[in-house]
Amino acid sequence: MSPPASPSLLAALFVRDLRLALRRRTEALLPIGFFVVAVALFPLGVGPEPQTLRQIAPGVIWVCALLAAMLSVSQLYASDFADGTLEQLLLTGRSTTLMAAARAAAHWTLTGLPLVIAAPLFGLLFDLSSAALRILALSLLLGTPVLSLLGSLGAALTLGLRSAGVLLILIVLPLAIPALIFGTGAVAAVDAGQPAGAHLSLLGALLIVTALGVPPATAAALRISLD
Amino acid sequence: MLSAPSSFHLGEPHLAARGLACRRGARLLFEKVDLALRPAELVWLRGRNGRGKTSLLRLLAGIATPEAGQVLLDGTPIAANGLRSQRVVYLGHQHALKDDLTSAEALEFLLRIHGRRSDRASVDAALSHWGLLALRGTLIRRLSQGQRRRVALARLVGEEDAALWLLDEPFDALDGDGIERLNALLLQHLQRGGAVLLTSHQATLAPALRARELDLDDCAAG
Repeated sequence: MSPPASPSLLAALFVRDLRLALRRRTEALLPIGFFVVAVALFPLGVGPEPQTLRQIAPGVIWVCALLAAMLSVSQLYASDFADGTLEQLLLTGRSTTLMAAARAAAHWTLTGLPLVIAAPLFGLLFDLSSAALRILALSLLLGTPVLSLLGSLGAALTLGLRSAGVLLILIVLPLAIPALIFGTGAVAAVDAGQPAGAHLSLLGALLIVTALGVPPATAAALRISLD
Repeated sequence: MLSAPSSFHLGEPHLAARGLACRRGARLLFEKVDLALRPAELVWLRGRNGRGKTSLLRLLAGIATPEAGQVLLDGTPIAANGLRSQRVVYLGHQHALKDDLTSAEALEFLLRIHGRRSDRASVDAALSHWGLLALRGTLIRRLSQGQRRRVALARLVGEEDAALWLLDEPFDALDGDGIERLNALLLQHLQRGGAVLLTSHQATLAPALRARELDLDDCAAG
């Protein structure tokens, strides 16, 4: 068994990821830009009927968040793999599982968290009630980490492959369906005047399961792709 | 296989490999490679392009798993050796430097993840050993190939205890002055009892290092 990663190693990784994102601001903002544009297109395309908009809002916002996460996650390990950093990280002999968790956390901070903050604003475009907006933000807060974790697993699995980007989306999207169902279900429930507790609990359970299960799988995939 | 010159102190080997074989796809790159790296010994790994020099280095570093055979670090299988990161420094052909970090930040990151001293003084000392102090705030993307190589090699400056250096083409892209500095570092490392295994296509090793040659062409599979 490898020794656990020291906090300083995880912090070094996390800080480096944030620093790199700051240096490449345009690249880091692209997923959020995509989310904004895609969500804003729906009211224009579907028409201004408030009832219809309210009905499709949770699904639209969730699907756009999902696609935005896929857009950014494909690069999570690719550059580290190409420039030899991944080899060096593996050689530290520290837990690859914890490193994978740190990378997923950095990805969520950079792409998931901004979406959680931005989503309620875009909910206004769809005439959502304040109660529904609150639940929407809460469901994204629980759901976007799941997307980052699943995405990081896909990124590790497709490392070094030629059509990695598309393959990644094909692998991850089916896995993300439960998060999508419970996330949109929570908002729809509130809209229909029912409590959203059950949906949110299931989403929370999903987060716990992926947080525990995905990092070891990601670590294994990383080791295989370097072998 | 080749034996060490008797003038060397023949202590327990830092690293020993027995019957190593490496497969890339359907092709067997090499098999039955035995080697031992003893204290104060430098082995120059040779072989033509595509012979598997880098693959052998990766096996010895414990990044890849051999098709057959075993790599022992201080008598323990390398994958299970908890001291590996302290005892082995592996510098691959890729520099592991991020384009968007400054040379000081990139070096500090590498030192930090490997648990080496990474405070500002250590980083600056390592950079100035390679004449890079003026470039400490320059982004890696703005450095030339030779300068990048120097930043990557700066990791070796602060090493005091690492017993084993595995260097893949360390002389690549270095100018005359850089070659001299690297030779000096290698000599210093041998003098404190370290061992080095490196690949190089140029004969740029100082004679004082008394390199032992290991030719992978002699271990060709089938």
